[in-house]
Amino acid sequence: MNFTFSEEQLLFQSNIADYLQKEVTPEAVRATWETDTGRDEARWQQMADLGLTAMLVPEAYGGLGLKEIDFILLAYECGRVALPEPLVSTAMVATPLLASVAQDHPQCAEVLQQIATGEALVAIGHTASDFVCDAHTADFLLLPQGDEIHLLPRNAVHYTAQPSVDPSRRLFTVDWQASPQTRLAGGKAGVKLLAATLNRGALGVAAQLLGLAQTMVDMTVQYTAERKQFGRAIGSNQALKHHMANCAVSIEFALPVLHRAAYTVTQQACLADYPVSHAKVSASQAALLAAKNGIQSHGAMGYTWECDLHIFMKRAWALDKSWGHNGFHKNRLHQWLLNPAALIGADKTFGLQQAS
Amino acid sequence: MDLNYTAEQIAFRREVREWLAANVPTDPLASFDTAEGFAQHRQWEQTLASGNWGMVTWPKEYGGRACSLIEWLVFEEEYYRARAPLRVNQNGIFLLGPTLMEYGTPEQKQRFISAMASGEEMWAQGWSEPDAGSDMAAIRSTALRHGDEYVINGQKVWSTRAVYADWVFCLFRTDKDSERHQGLSFILVPLDAPGVTVRPIPQLNGLPGFAEIFFDEVRVPVFNRLGEEGQGWSIAMSTAGFERGLMLRSPARFQETAKRLVELYRQHQNDILDLSIEDAVVSSFMDAEAYALSTYQTASRLDQGGKIGPESSVNKIFWSELDQRMHETALNILAGRAELWPHASAATGVGNWLDGFLFAQSGPIYAGTNEIQRNIIAERMLGMPRK
Ligand SMILES: Cc1cc2nc3c(=O)[nH]c(=O)nc-3n(C[C@H](O)[C@H](O)[C@H](O)COP(=O)(O)OP(=O)(O)OC[C@H]3O[C@@H](n4cnc5c(N)ncnc54)[C@H](O)[C@@H]3O)c2cc1C
Repeated sequence: MNFTFSEEQLLFQSNIADYLQKEVTPEAVRATWETDTGRDEARWQQMADLGLTAMLVPEAYGGLGLKEIDFILLAYECGRVALPEPLVSTAMVATPLLASVAQDHPQCAEVLQQIATGEALVAIGHTASDFVCDAHTADFLLLPQGDEIHLLPRNAVHYTAQPSVDPSRRLFTVDWQASPQTRLAGGKAGVKLLAATLNRGALGVAAQLLGLAQTMVDMTVQYTAERKQFGRAIGSNQALKHHMANCAVSIEFALPVLHRAAYTVTQQACLADYPVSHAKVSASQAALLAAKNGIQSHGAMGYTWECDLHIFMKRAWALDKSWGHNGFHKNRLHQWLLNPAALIGADKTFGLQQAS
Repeated sequence: MDLNYTAEQIAFRREVREWLAANVPTDPLASFDTAEGFAQHRQWEQTLASGNWGMVTWPKEYGGRACSLIEWLVFEEEYYRARAPLRVNQNGIFLLGPTLMEYGTPEQKQRFISAMASGEEMWAQGWSEPDAGSDMAAIRSTALRHGDEYVINGQKVWSTRAVYADWVFCLFRTDKDSERHQGLSFILVPLDAPGVTVRPIPQLNGLPGFAEIFFDEVRVPVFNRLGEEGQGWSIAMSTAGFERGLMLRSPARFQETAKRLVELYRQHQNDILDLSIEDAVVSSFMDAEAYALSTYQTASRLDQGGKIGPESSVNKIFWSELDQRMHETALNILAGRAELWPHASAATGVGNWLDGFLFAQSGPIYAGTNEIQRNIIAERMLGMPRK
C-alpha cells in the first residue's frame, strides 16, 4: 500500500507545470480566442514534441506506453492554465479507445502513430453529449451510434458550430453516416468501450476542474492581497479568508479521490464507475465553489471581461456539465451505495480495487 | 502508487481482527464519563496493553509494535469495525505520547510512557482557561520556580476526562512578566497533588465529561517540565498538530458512522418524504471515504519520511463538519423518535444517534474552533494577509 506518486511522476508534473505556466498565460489564451480556429497549432506541435500526445499511445505504435495514472497530473496542469487545445481528450480519452481496437483495425494503428507525432488530432463524441468538441480541427472523429463506435476523417462529416460561454471551447453538432467501413466496434464490446470512454472523459474533466479551482484560489489570494479598502488589504478580512479556506478544504479532499479514480481506471477499469463519479462530483463542487467565492472576492472587477478570472470560471462552468453532468454521476453513486450488496465499511476503502 | 495491501499488511489485519473478536467485550461498556464506565474503560486499556495493541505505532520498548502508519490505519479500521470501546486514554496516547517521544528526556519517557501505555495512568489536557479559549496565548496561570520545584497557581477549564483521570498536562506561565506566546512551559501535574481541586462540569448529555481544575500553591518537581523552560508554546503546537492532524480522529471512525447511516437509511427508505435526505446520506458516505483517502495519502507520505503540514487544519474542519452532518441526517431519518433517549420504552431502533449528535456539536469547537482553523488555512497555507 503506497498512495503517493513516484518522484519521477512528480518531477514530470513540475516540469510540465513550468512549461505550461510559461507558454499558456492568460494573455496567450486570449490571443488564441481571436484566431479562426481558437487553437494554436504551433503549441500543439510543441506539446507533441514534448511527448505529451504520445503518453498513452502503446509503444508498438510509437508511443510511450504510459497509463491514465501517469497522465492525471498533466490533466490537472492543463486545468491550471485553462489550456485551449484538446490535449486531454485526444491523448487520454480517445487514444486508449483507439489502442484497444488497433489490432483489428490497421487504420487505428496509423492514427495512433500520428497522434504520437502530433500530426493527428482526434475529436471524440459520446452518447453522454449532443456535441463534439474540436470537430473543426480534428483530423479524425470517433463517433458513437447506439452501441457502435465509428472512426471518420473530418472531410466525411458535416459540422455546425454551437458557440459556448467559454470562448476557448469549440463545440459542434456533427452530421455523419455510419458504414461498415467506419465501424470499429459494436454490441457488447461497443458498450464496454463506450462505458470506459465515459469514465476516462469524466476523469480528465475532474482533473482539469481541480486545476481550475486551484488557479482561481491563487488568483483571488493575490488580488485580495493587493486591493485595498478601508486602508488595508481586503484579504485581511475574515469573511474573505474563510471563503478561500473553504475552497482549500474542498480541493484538498477532492484530490485524493481523483487519484484513486485514476488508479482504478488504470488498474481495474471495469470497477471504475463509482470512484470516477465520486471524483467528478467532488471536483465539480470544488471548482464551482472556487468560481463563486472567487468572483465574490473580486467585487465588480470579477464581473468584467478584462479580469482574467472568467477564463477559468467559464471553463469550470462548462466542464461541470460535460462527460456526464452532476445528476448522472450522483445517480451512479446512489445506485451503487444503496444496493444492499455494496461493499462498504472502514475496512473497504480500497475494497473495489481488491474485489477481484 | 500501489493501492494493494502487502501480504504482511493483510496478515496484520487478520491478526488484529482475530484478537479483537476474542477480546472486545460483548456487552457495551458504561459511558467513560461515569465512575463505573471509567473503570471499565481503564480495564479495557489494560487488556489492549496486555496484547501490545495499545498504540501499535509506538516502539516495542514502550509496549508498541513499531507499526507503520498504514498499519495503524488498518488497526483503526478493524477497531471500529469490531465496535470496540472508545479510547478513554486518548489524551495520553494520541496527544501527550507523541509529544513525550519527541521532547521528553530518556528518564521522562521511562517514567511516563509505559504507565500511559499500560492503562495505569490516565491523562487529561489542561490548556484552556476562562479567559484563554481561542486566544490560548492569554494563559495566566503560573508555575514559578522555587529551587527544584514549580509552584503552581491558577485555573484551567474544559479539561476532558479530568474528573477521573490521574494526571494532567498543562501550559503555565513560568515567567510571570512574560506576555503572549513567550514564557510558557509544558508541565505535567498529578491530579491528586495537594492544592489541586477538580470541579466536574456536566456536558449536554448531563455527564461530567470535562472539569475545571483549580491550582492553589501546588508543588511539582522540575523533572515534570517537558522541554525547555519557555518552550511550552511550540511544544503545545506540535501536540495540537497531532491532535487536529492525524491521530485523534482516524477516518475509520467516520467511515463506520457513514456505514451505519447508510444502513439506517436503507431500513427507513420507504417512509422518507424529504428527498434531500438521500443526497445527504450519499454525500456523507463519499466525504468519509474522501477523508480516508486523504489520510492514506498523508500516511504514505509520512511513512516515507515526509512531515505533517497544514493538512491538520483542513482535516479538523472536514471531519468535525462531516460528523455533524451525519448525525443531523440520522436524526432526520429517525424523525419523531430522534429526541428519545435509548432507554425510553418507545425508542426502538434509535441506536446511539442522539448521544452522537450531541457530541458532534462540540467537534467544531474543541481542538481549536473551526473559525480559528479557517484563519490558519487562509494565513499559513494560502498566505493571505494577517492585517
Ligand atoms: C467537548 C470539549 C472538550 C474540550 N476539551 C478540552 C481539554 O481537554 N483541554 C483543554 O484545554 N480545552 C478543552 N476544550 C476547550 C476548547 O479548546 C475551547 O473550547 C476552544 O479552544 C474555544 O475556546 P472557547 O470555548 O473559550 O471559545 P471562544 O474562544 O470564546 O470562542 C467563541 C466563538 O468565537 C469565535 N472566535 C473567537 N476568536 C475568534 C477569531 N479570532 N476569529 C473568528 N472567530 C473567533 C470562536 O470560533 C467561537 O465560535 C474542550 C472543549 C470542548 C467543547
